[in-house]
This record gives sequence, C-alpha cells and structure tokens, in this order.
Amino acid sequence: MTREEVRGLIVETLGNIAPEADASTLDPKADIRESLDIDSLDFLNFVIAVHERLRIDIPEVDYPRLFTLDGAIDYLMQKAAPPK
Amino acid sequence: MPSLGADMVAGTLVEWLRRPGDRVRRGDIVAVVETQKGAIEIEIFQDGVIERLLVEVGTTVPVGTPLALVSGIGVGAPAAPTPPPLRPEAVVQAPAPRVPIPGPQVGRPLASPAARRIAQQFGVDLRALRGTGPGGAIVSADVEQAAKAPRRFDPAEMRRAIGAAMARSKREIPHYYLSTTIDITVAQRWMEARNAERPPPQRLLLAAPLLKAVALALRGSPELNGYHGERGFEPSPAIHIGVAIAIRGGGLMAPAIHDVDKLGVDELMAKLRDLGMRARSGGLRSSELSDSTITVTNIGERGVEAVFGIIYPPQVALVGLGKPMERPAVIEGKVLPRRTIVATLSADHRASDGHRGALFLAEMDRLLQAPEQL
Repeated sequence: MTREEVRGLIVETLGNIAPEADASTLDPKADIRESLDIDSLDFLNFVIAVHERLRIDIPEVDYPRLFTLDGAIDYLMQKAAPPK
Repeated sequence: MPSLGADMVAGTLVEWLRRPGDRVRRGDIVAVVETQKGAIEIEIFQDGVIERLLVEVGTTVPVGTPLALVSGIGVGAPAAPTPPPLRPEAVVQAPAPRVPIPGPQVGRPLASPAARRIAQQFGVDLRALRGTGPGGAIVSADVEQAAKAPRRFDPAEMRRAIGAAMARSKREIPHYYLSTTIDITVAQRWMEARNAERPPPQRLLLAAPLLKAVALALRGSPELNGYHGERGFEPSPAIHIGVAIAIRGGGLMAPAIHDVDKLGVDELMAKLRDLGMRARSGGLRSSELSDSTITVTNIGERGVEAVFGIIYPPQVALVGLGKPMERPAVIEGKVLPRRTIVATLSADHRASDGHRGALFLAEMDRLLQAPEQL
C-alpha cells in the first residue's frame, strides 16, 4: 500500500467513528483524540476497524503510536509491509 | 408518550413500525419518537393486539399522552411502567378491525440523531437521502447538503432540557458528596495482561471492570440503587446502570446497561461498545433511556482528576470516575508510584446517609483489588 492509500484508509475509518467531525482536514501532527474529540471507546473502535481492514495485529502497548495521523501512517505502513 | 428521562416534556412521533391488527409482544419496537436526544425506538410494555393508532406521524405530544389503543390492556403509552387500564377488552371478544392505513415505513433509514434532528427541522425526507456515514448511515452533513441548512444543529434546546432537569435535581434532592482515591494498579495490570493476549475486538477498557465493581458494590448498598417516587424511596432489585455519554455537538445522555451485576466483564464490554455505537448512530430503545437505577459518569483518559455529578431524578445516586493517574502512594512505609482513580459518590440524603455511601465506595475499592473475580 502507498502512503496515500494508508492515509485514505485512516481518514475514512476515523470518519466512520466521528461522522460529525471532518477527518479529511486533520493536522497530521495533532493528537487525533483531541482534534476529533474521540474517547477511549472511540479509539478502541478505530483500532478494531483498522485491525479488521488491514488484518494486522496492533498490540495495546503500540496505541500511542497511532495518536497522530502521521504516526499512524508510519506505524501501519511498517506493519503492513511484507516481511523481508 | 413515554418519559425517556426527567428532562423530557414532549416527543414527536416520527414513525409507526406496527399497524392496527398487528399482534405485539412486550418489548417489541412499535414506533420511533424524536426527542432532544435523537430518534428513540419505543418498545411496547405488554402483549396484545394494536387496535388503533392515536397519534399521527409528525405530531408532537406531551409525555403521558396515549399513543395507541392495544386490546387486552387498554389505553396507555408504550413502555409506561403502569399504564392506566381505561378500556380493558378481551382480545377474543374484540377482534382487531383491520383498518387500511398507510403502512409503516419498512426499512427505516439508518441515521444519526443529529441528522434526524436537522431533517425534521428542515422537513427533509431521510428516505430520499444516501448516507455517507458508517454502514451507509445518514449523517448531519448529508441532511445539511440536502436542506442547504446551517452547518450545525442548534443545541440550545437540549441545553435547556438538561438545565431544567438539573435545576429540578438541585432544588429537590438534598445531595451529599463523598470522594475516595482507589488504587487501580492491580486492575490495570490484570487488564493489560489480558488484552495483550487478545485481538482488538476482544480487548477491555478500564470502564468495564469499573462498572462491574460499581454494580457488585451496589448489591450491598440497596439505598443507592432505585427511584425516589411519590411514596419516597423505592430500592430496585435490578441494577441498571445509566452510562453518561457525551453527544458530539453538545449535550449528553445516559442510556442504561441492564443487570450489570449479572454480566461478565467481557459481556459488559460488548454492551458498552454497542451502546456507544447506537448512541451515535441512532437506535437507542425507550427502556434504555427510562429505567436506569443509578448513573455512572466516567470522565475518561483525557479528563480531570475528579467529577462530582448531579443526580438524575428520580434516581438517588450518581458515581463519578475521574481520569486514571499515576500518584505517589505510601505502601508499607515506602512511597511508590501507583495507578489511581478518584471515585466520587453523589447521593440523595432522603434515601441514605454518608455512612452508607462510604461503605459503598470502600466496597468498590475492595472489589477492584481482585479484578479477576469481577
């Protein structure tokens, strides 16, 4: 997947979780929990949705790496890359 | 028109899901009502056959207004706990006349509460829209586009309703407040170890063990669980916890999770997730908004240390859970960093005293030290 595709997937998933917020204009470095006002239940639903779409494991200890859009893209690209 | 909370005075019937002649069973969803809290599915309170619909779609009626005539049980509002038996008729003697009326709109569009509110305000037919939200749900942006309406709904009405209910609470309920710091280090570690072995859909949030601890502690403190009615306080044998959920765009609601003390933590977590989803996309049921026996407000990870809530009438207590934080604690003479949470209790002095409240919070603390037994 390209960086742009991963970004699109994240934005779409966040849009499903916070439909009244505009996820497409997110500041890539801002904490999405703050900018989209999502609570821990929303965040868990976000992790579940990404987990199901990309079929990758996201351990709980890695959650902080998903707190920003840029961080989430980096993390998911690394996780989704085929093993070398 | 059932009361879906102390802050509701009227509701608008937006849809009939059953028609005259239909046999209904207790708990069936028969209608959809629009309130300040969005579209709520109305459950009927007893078995019977629908004789006649008394309120037309689009009509706003006060709480207590009969919505339909149901044979066998007379007139009453669906989901009302004690409907007045005005015209009890036997089903066998009065076969339901099959009056041809416009049928219910089968395949009701999935829409968020905010979307329904705006749609009603601007007269937009939701069935004509294509949703862009989760699962094709119609969200406010879809309706706004169709209606060329202002960007956001006006939350003033909900604010007024919350204000009225809270003013009533402060006027009538002699509150007392207690607060305690609970060490949740063990519970947190137990949860993390458990979550590490599970895929995301099966993971717990701290809210699940916390709610379970509240429910189990309530078993020993019935003075905190129930309703204050005309005859004073009536304890409830069932423990239905209203979980306060903030609504995007302003306001809040506290739909109930039923019989929390009897649910396993995994089951409880699944219910919590489901409730969060439905609070957002619409589809809450009338019983969930009217039969909580206590409310829990959980400030969450991005919140503040402690929350002292206002009791939601006719309930008699509210538990506030602050943000989980690392704090220094003295254990066997040593200062150690511990994960802690401030739990508060707001309770009604007409039903209990501070001594009872203190025992309740202490029991919650004790239960959370053995999370595997929750």
